[in-house]
Amino acid sequence: MNPATMNPVSIAVALAYLLAAAGFVVALHLMNSPATARRGSRLSWLGMIVAVAAALTSVIHEATITTAGWIVLIAGAAGGAVTGLVMARRVKMTDVPQVVSIFNAVGGGAAALVAAGDFVRLAGGAGISTRGMVATVLDMVIGPVTFSGSLIAAGKLQGWVSSRPVVFRGARLVTAALAVVGIGASCYLLAGHDSIPVLILIACAALGFGVTMTMPIGGADMPVVIALLNSFTGIAVAIAGFVINNGGLIIGGALVGASGGILTVLMAQAMNRSVLGVMMGGFGTGDGGPAADPATGPDVSVRSISAEDAAIQLAYASKVVIVPGYGLAAAQAQHEAAELAAVLAEHATVFFAIHPVAGRMPGHMNVLLAEANVPYEDLKEMDAANPEFPTADVALIVGANDVTNPAARRPGNPVSGMPILDVDKARSIIVIKRSMGHGYAGIDNELYTDPKTGMLFSDAKAGLAGIAAAVKALVAS
Amino acid sequence: MTTGLMSDIYMFVLAILVGYEVITKVPSTLHTPLMSASNAIHGIVIVGAIISASQARTTAGYVLAFVAAFFAAMNVVGGYSLTDRMLQMFRKRPGPAGSGQPEEKS
Repeated sequence: MNPATMNPVSIAVALAYLLAAAGFVVALHLMNSPATARRGSRLSWLGMIVAVAAALTSVIHEATITTAGWIVLIAGAAGGAVTGLVMARRVKMTDVPQVVSIFNAVGGGAAALVAAGDFVRLAGGAGISTRGMVATVLDMVIGPVTFSGSLIAAGKLQGWVSSRPVVFRGARLVTAALAVVGIGASCYLLAGHDSIPVLILIACAALGFGVTMTMPIGGADMPVVIALLNSFTGIAVAIAGFVINNGGLIIGGALVGASGGILTVLMAQAMNRSVLGVMMGGFGTGDGGPAADPATGPDVSVRSISAEDAAIQLAYASKVVIVPGYGLAAAQAQHEAAELAAVLAEHATVFFAIHPVAGRMPGHMNVLLAEANVPYEDLKEMDAANPEFPTADVALIVGANDVTNPAARRPGNPVSGMPILDVDKARSIIVIKRSMGHGYAGIDNELYTDPKTGMLFSDAKAGLAGIAAAVKALVAS
Repeated sequence: MTTGLMSDIYMFVLAILVGYEVITKVPSTLHTPLMSASNAIHGIVIVGAIISASQARTTAGYVLAFVAAFFAAMNVVGGYSLTDRMLQMFRKRPGPAGSGQPEEKS
């Protein structure tokens, strides 16, 4: 890439990478509205094709690739492409977080392998520049951490690995030991030794670190973890760009690093957690911790209602806000929710109020409802939805808990300061929930004992279908 | 430090800032497709895999290039197809406001 020696082909290739990078930026810009997002995604795909074509052109032009190299490249790429395509086509929308995690893992793995390939080629020969060595070591740390960390995260989301925070005796010690080994080995390489076994040692320590880092993190914190690992992969790819002197990788990786970083902070804020606190683990067991607030026991009176009661309230309402939460995703009840919304839309204004952490990854709930044909105009973000609650006749909460707890406005409890949906300001409230169980924060939800609240104890799917049928019967009579 | 490294660092820092500017404007409605799309973008590492394959001369080099190409292609192709599949589900409301299904209402 030395400008003095650039021939026409390498100029064209460099410009093609620039074009691809510009395409990625414009594509991300187009994602600021659902109306243009798909065009953005296609533009980004086009940018990727340009970048791949440029890389192939440059490889063919320089004629350095061997026949075995071609076979390896084509076989690997074809196998990977088919695997990726099949996974993306087959995955159920509720399982998207796992698949995104797996794609993230392989991206981080690929970045590490590219850096390792460069190292193995140069080791013992002409020697590796300091710049190359620093970048390679960074990649051999971040890449494998992302790879194993994302796979564990995917396993937790899929249920193959316990979603409870897994903490065994001495776990912290193991993590610390891996970090020490990794840092020590890295320093050895940076001191100018190009030893392949030491590089492998770093990769193994980093792989182990990714596992011990992710295992203690509970299922509830997964949106933060996935976003953070996404950011790591971006950085790993950018660093791989430093290793092989490629601007396309640097820009593409940096964009992703920024995107993942922003989402990490947004998710942590929406969950009232610090990013560091999430990484320390041991929170969000997935099945409700012990009650932390003994002042309100289970003996407080709760008004239980039937699907028919709920239907009467909804049939006479002129404005209904539906608040979907994780419980709706877990019960796969998005189609029932959409159907009820469509029935109610015949006589009332209906929309969905969506908390940033509803679902299992950032924005997951919107995808589930879009899949169930809810138009995106009816999906309102928290800030847009909150001013609407005081004029809503009914707020219907399905499988959401902590994000509706008014206790968040008071100091002194686990949800204090957490941004919530102002459901309690609606004229009446219906909660569909299986039991009085706690959310991730492990405290009682004051909303449930509010006199305005009716509790419909049911599975989200059955509850919504029951209400929809009852409303239809009422409206038809 | 070479001028090449310096300009690479410039590029890296500026790209992060551009990314920050562009991505803070994405509504939370689209955060899952955004994450999937940015996931696909880091599949640009496939360019690295291609270059890696072109420079490989040893068995170890070929093995590394093969796995890198496999992973990167899976990342790119899977990432873009999943993003597109999700985004095509985001539809506008059909017809004028409030019209749901053409169902009879008394």
